[in-house]
Amino acid sequence: MYEELLKEMALADERIVVMTAENRALIRNLPAVLGKRFIDTGITEQCMVGAAAGLALRGRIPVLHALASFLSMRAFEFVRTDAGIPNLPVKLSAFIPGFLSDGNGPTHQAIEDVSLMRGIPSMQVFAPADAQELGLMLPLILQSPQPAYIRICHRESTYQHQTEVAIGKAEVIAEGKDVTLLTYGFMLEQTLIAAAILREEGLSVGVVNMRTLKPIDQALLLRLATESDLLVTIEDHFITGGLYSIVAEVLLKHQQTAKVLPIALEEKWFKPARLPEVLAYEGFTGKQMAEKILGYTTQAFQPAIEQTAFAE
Amino acid sequence: MNELKLQQLEQTALRVRERIIQLATDGGCFLGASLSATDLIVYLYQEFLNIDPQNLSDPDRDYLFLSKGHDVPALYGTLVEMGVLEAERLQNHLSTNDHIYWHPNTKVPAIEFHSGSLGHLPAVAVGVAMDIKISGGNNRVVCILGDGELNEGSVWEAVLVAHAHKLDNLIFVVDRNHFQANMATEELIPLEPLVDKFEAFGWEVCRINGHNFMDLEEAFADLPYKKNKPSIVIADTVRGKGLPSIEARADRWFCNFTASEIEQLLQELHGEHAATLASETLVVR
Repeated sequence: MYEELLKEMALADERIVVMTAENRALIRNLPAVLGKRFIDTGITEQCMVGAAAGLALRGRIPVLHALASFLSMRAFEFVRTDAGIPNLPVKLSAFIPGFLSDGNGPTHQAIEDVSLMRGIPSMQVFAPADAQELGLMLPLILQSPQPAYIRICHRESTYQHQTEVAIGKAEVIAEGKDVTLLTYGFMLEQTLIAAAILREEGLSVGVVNMRTLKPIDQALLLRLATESDLLVTIEDHFITGGLYSIVAEVLLKHQQTAKVLPIALEEKWFKPARLPEVLAYEGFTGKQMAEKILGYTTQAFQPAIEQTAFAE
Repeated sequence: MNELKLQQLEQTALRVRERIIQLATDGGCFLGASLSATDLIVYLYQEFLNIDPQNLSDPDRDYLFLSKGHDVPALYGTLVEMGVLEAERLQNHLSTNDHIYWHPNTKVPAIEFHSGSLGHLPAVAVGVAMDIKISGGNNRVVCILGDGELNEGSVWEAVLVAHAHKLDNLIFVVDRNHFQANMATEELIPLEPLVDKFEAFGWEVCRINGHNFMDLEEAFADLPYKKNKPSIVIADTVRGKGLPSIEARADRWFCNFTASEIEQLLQELHGEHAATLASETLVVR
């Protein structure tokens, strides 16, 4: 699906070039379709990002398909200096961020990527929750004249998103007086399960899919802070610099207080394993998160979590 | 190259060196590295690059990327000679009133991309050369690197990628002044045999005296050296060229002299008596 989407967009706009640092598993058919507009630089994330800046300087819109950890960290200074400083439309399509790196181990865990990328002044940061949402967001991301980091999650989901998307606007899935769950990307899947369990326990539960982490939907966060008794930030990211930090920054900036419970990775990398086992081990299944919020265990049913397909 | 042309280039380079030396005070500049690259930069803009001062955004223009950004005083001086940068702006060096500082930026006319962090512009130049191949232009892309800069791993990524993508519209020029910030390159991270290194990476190499305009003319006469191959000119130069009192010295990289020392250095540049320099040597790295 991701490949089809990229293909369609690239065929419709001559300016788009697709680049990769030899991460071809998900885009095997693009070289034949795009010809010279498919550029594989080999395992050279730094050179790929610098070259993308050069291509953008000439009017191209490079979409860089590579692993989130190497795009955001190995090539960080190139992203900041070559795409960030001149504000060039280099689009970082970052694969297997957060828990999606499942069995790879800490080298491949991009769980500080939001923190790093949103620190770059011109950078926009996006986190689609699934394939449908990625499809809705990608055209906007590619049209924006700014550099972008896309925390790719393209799993299939049964949840039907509201189709109205806008940069800097969150998707309010439900409003709730007692507690509002704020999340982004892959964690929406388990957040929806947690919300259902909390409702069974009699709570009024809101769910917000942030969609864009930078720019952030400030007005929404400020409203929710007054309308909901508790905000819970849920993210497969270090507690530092991600959504919990963003919420804290927004509230402090507006001299507003709120009860906020973070569910994030605290000062450690996660245990590498098959995805469902990672979530259970780290306490990030919908049921575990609901019970953490409730403060007691339940007899709720935790649906099976689908294993990811190998992406590299 | 006829005698008149040679004299013109030498006179231009001399004026550029005067302007460089005048920036080495009141905050200072990377004097040694700027003087070593002066003849290269003057030659490229005056003789080689297809860049029209009246039409800097011409889509058919050649590109120059100064990856070794700290030699930008030589570029400022050359852009003044071309008439694209007003000489008065150099008086704003290191002032918040302008954009003239220690590294290149795009607020200065004809500068295509900022630099300062070493090892970036080889990759950017590769991207531009790739797009020219995709779009089908005849533009040439030149990237000037320092020899110390060759320590950076990202340079070698770009060298591999340029070869793999057959970028024969790409030309690297190494200002081989034999010093990096604090010491001789061969004492810290030996680079030789440099020609062999680049040949082993599949590049076509030419090594010349980077202060000899005849050599430069020969090196840039017929590019690419081979179809489908990127070219590199390794230009042997002298750090601080033109000022015997600082030439080829490890401790004269970044310089910040007094007004009277600058006067003496300008006299020294014109072949008069050597300057007596009391200012401390500075190493900012």
